[in-house]
Amino acid sequence: MLGLETLSGPLQAVGTVGVVLAEALALYVGYGALSHLAQSTILTTVRGD
Amino acid sequence: MELLGLSLLMVGVFVGFGLLIGTLFGFFGMGGSFLVTPALLVLGYPSTVAVGSGLAFVFGTSVIGALRHRDHGQVDYKLAAIMTAAMTAGIELGKSVVFFLEATGMADLVINVSYVGLLALVGLFTLRDAWTDESDDESGASLDLAERVQAIEIPPMVTFRGDVRVSGVIVAAIGLVIGVLSGFLGVGGGFLLMPAMMYGLGIPAAIAVGTDILQITISGAFGAFTYAQSGAVALPVVAFLLVGSALGARIGAGATNLVDEDEIKGYFAAMLLAGSLAVATNKLGNIYGIAALNTVSTVLIFGAAFLVSGAVVLAAVCRLRSNASSTWCRLTTS
Repeated sequence: MLGLETLSGPLQAVGTVGVVLAEALALYVGYGALSHLAQSTILTTVRGD
Repeated sequence: MELLGLSLLMVGVFVGFGLLIGTLFGFFGMGGSFLVTPALLVLGYPSTVAVGSGLAFVFGTSVIGALRHRDHGQVDYKLAAIMTAAMTAGIELGKSVVFFLEATGMADLVINVSYVGLLALVGLFTLRDAWTDESDDESGASLDLAERVQAIEIPPMVTFRGDVRVSGVIVAAIGLVIGVLSGFLGVGGGFLLMPAMMYGLGIPAAIAVGTDILQITISGAFGAFTYAQSGAVALPVVAFLLVGSALGARIGAGATNLVDEDEIKGYFAAMLLAGSLAVATNKLGNIYGIAALNTVSTVLIFGAAFLVSGAVVLAAVCRLRSNASSTWCRLTTS
């Protein structure tokens, strides 16, 4: 995936950890923005107001 | 149709399973590799890929969990630094014990019995604590233990978040012991570290979870790096698990602000006991070649994860709706 398998061991490992970290940060920011936008709607729905 | 080489069904399974685990991880600070690795083994991945991918997933999820807990002010960096240093030394000691046992040919037996015994012990301790809390509010055994530990004055004394003052030597000693067990058993150590901080040191639950997750981030990165060097990380699997767990970790971490952990401590204890039973039945199934025992093991792990994450979400919804007296809400107070 992403050509990482063509790299040598340590570089491949750094690339793999880097990809996981980048995805985690992107998801953190993405879901954060989403929940910021939808928070009040979700809370209102859950509370049943 | 395929996404990153996986069928849409498998993509759905991984995202859903990630959501479940993320919720547990965000709330309790544990339940990562202990759930993902067996799941990947059941799906037919080689053991090194299952462990490597499990560690990479735990790293990704714990990054998100740690950021969430940091936002809520629930991470103690001083405690995390001492624990990480002591655990790193302990893991090296634990590995030496494993190599020694391997030389004697008793490694598998001792490791499996210790793993089952430790999970059961922590589960029973938590269960007793849940029952003590219900019957006898503030005089529980765990509080007594933490007070006794805090009363030991061995310099340097360190003050942690939540105004907890404990000897730095004791904190390092606990980290070292957990590190030894972690290296010995080949697990992240979250299920040992979190109860040790809460019950042993008296750290408030939310801060114990946040700090535990930060420590898991560091050890998860190191573990993933080690396995990735030999290409033993299935990135597409990790990627889809993360899509679910990132959302779940947000839900779980948010629930810590709504739900008093004492309310669902019994479920947490049940999950640990189910994990202990699952590992035992899995090993017995492998030794005697009984497939039914392996199925029981899988059902126990997934069933417990589903039940407990469901209880966390339900308890949070009940808090938001302020209708704790309804039948469903009463079920969450174990």
